Amino acid sequence: MSYSNNEVIQTDHITKTVQRSSLWKEVMKRFFKRKMAIAGLIILLLVFLFSFIGPFFSPYMTAGTNPQEIHQAPSLSHWLGTDHLGRDVLTRLMLAGRISLTVGIGAMLLAVTIGGILGILAGYYGGLIDQIVMRIADILMTLPGLPLLFIMAAIMSEWQVPAEQRLYIVMIMLSLVNWPSLARLIRSQVLSLREREFMVATEVLGLRDKRKVLNHLLPNVVPLLIVTATLSVGGAILSESVLSFFGLGVVPPTASWGNMINTANTLIDFTNRPWLWIPPGVAIFVTVIAVNLLGDGLRDSIDPNMKGR
Amino acid sequence: MNNYFVKRFLYLIPTLIGASILIFFLYSLIPGNFIDTDPNLTAERKAELYALYGFDQPTIIRYFIWMGNLFQGDLGYSLQFQRPVTEVLNNYIWSSFIVAFASLFLTWGIAMVIGVISATKQYSFFDSFITILVFGAMAIPSFFLGLIAIKFFAVDLGWFPAGGMTTSGADYTGWAYVKDIAEHMVLPVIVLTMLGIGGLTRYFRTNMLEVVKQDFVRTARAKGLKEKVVIYKHALRNALLPAITLFAFELPALFSGAIITEQIFNWPGIGAIYMQAFSVRDYPLLMGFTMFIAVLTVISNLIADILYGVADPRVRVK
Repeated sequence: MSYSNNEVIQTDHITKTVQRSSLWKEVMKRFFKRKMAIAGLIILLLVFLFSFIGPFFSPYMTAGTNPQEIHQAPSLSHWLGTDHLGRDVLTRLMLAGRISLTVGIGAMLLAVTIGGILGILAGYYGGLIDQIVMRIADILMTLPGLPLLFIMAAIMSEWQVPAEQRLYIVMIMLSLVNWPSLARLIRSQVLSLREREFMVATEVLGLRDKRKVLNHLLPNVVPLLIVTATLSVGGAILSESVLSFFGLGVVPPTASWGNMINTANTLIDFTNRPWLWIPPGVAIFVTVIAVNLLGDGLRDSIDPNMKGR
Repeated sequence: MNNYFVKRFLYLIPTLIGASILIFFLYSLIPGNFIDTDPNLTAERKAELYALYGFDQPTIIRYFIWMGNLFQGDLGYSLQFQRPVTEVLNNYIWSSFIVAFASLFLTWGIAMVIGVISATKQYSFFDSFITILVFGAMAIPSFFLGLIAIKFFAVDLGWFPAGGMTTSGADYTGWAYVKDIAEHMVLPVIVLTMLGIGGLTRYFRTNMLEVVKQDFVRTARAKGLKEKVVIYKHALRNALLPAITLFAFELPALFSGAIITEQIFNWPGIGAIYMQAFSVRDYPLLMGFTMFIAVLTVISNLIADILYGVADPRVRVK
């Protein structure tokens, strides 16, 4: 008994490794053929370098406010000018990038974790778990997204979270709004996988649920997870910017791209000092395009059949 | 088949009840109250007002009162406007509607034309160009697009008014009034159209690409039909079918107002009113509006399901 079990594990192991490497090699090959996806990846890397390494090259990293140099137009010493406190806009743009990227990725990881786990459980076990999870998802999806975010922001503002930790609150909020659609997507994938021969085979082998799900089901859901996760980073960055723009997300003095655009609410800054609010908007635009190009390329190369859906 | 729709319809009830519970309790968790926003009130007067509006009752009881009224079509009484919520909604929804309707019309029209052309000339220069534009349109934050539009077209070039619905102070009547509103509508409609057009163009393009590959299109070509007839008569019709359901999903957006765009353009629609109500904590209006949208969403999902069955009989068998 124990002998045959061993053999099963071994063959199982071998086929798995062989398949996996060839699948991902194929994916990589297809991916590197897509110019747009490569462009997206490169732009994204540059944005990361700009935000995380860039500030170290700035002479204004630790300068903080400077009352002598407020509201300066772009010049050689301040490439993107200075704001109402005399802070260098370019440096702030880089630091804001850290926050916006962190929120985007963090919110995505949380949403994918919640949505992934619930979707797999609902799809795999069905029955009562499925009913409960999907009904909650249904209800959440009938509520309009923006009001839901506003409500959560208002409730959580009561918690008196310090400004520099507000980004975690924003991540939680965004993931709470975004998990239902992810869970629904994963669930439908799991439902179709469950009926496939290899899953029936795990049944026949009498594997434990844990192993069936983790070793056999999960690897097949991963491609879909990666694609949706990548694409949802763009959405999360956009939502964060909306919330921060309305003062409900990341709040000053911590800079995020969204709350930097907030200065446009002052008429004089809006009409006469575009260097304060146009660069962060462009930064969001470029980052989200890059993320979407990357996600799109990944989707096409992971599963050519899913193209454009 | 009828059984399916009856089931599907009954299904709405628990979803809506769940939504109402969530809406009510989430809003009641928000700190602050309309009455507390007035600093001139004495403590006694506050207590009086609390009792008058029923805020002194426990939340659960208030929920059932709210629900009871909801079933009679009564959404409550707006604290800020001192008028029934239904009346406030009715007053502001239509200005949201005209903008949403115009942009829906434009979005679908343009997306369909571009999507189809793009698909028929797959990988051409036009197609790549459109693909890039689509990615751009999907990546721009709505409020930033609005700000840029105001900055360039209203402030710098002065082509269109920067915000509002009518020129303040001007007392236009008749056609001049219509023209004035139309001028104010241009920028918000353009912004909303640009926001929606990306996804839809992509959708039409993919759909069309899929249909063009099918056997009946090859048959049509083999029959010797002109390419125009093949594309616009045979293929397009079939590519449009699944879009019907998508159209149904857009219905709530016609009435829900565009919160961000209306806020940016100072458009007196329901979205801007929602934001205003939020800042003064006018809960009856907030809850009423959110519930209204939830009901619309659920109904449009149902319509989408039904239309899908009508458009594609294969679905009904399931």
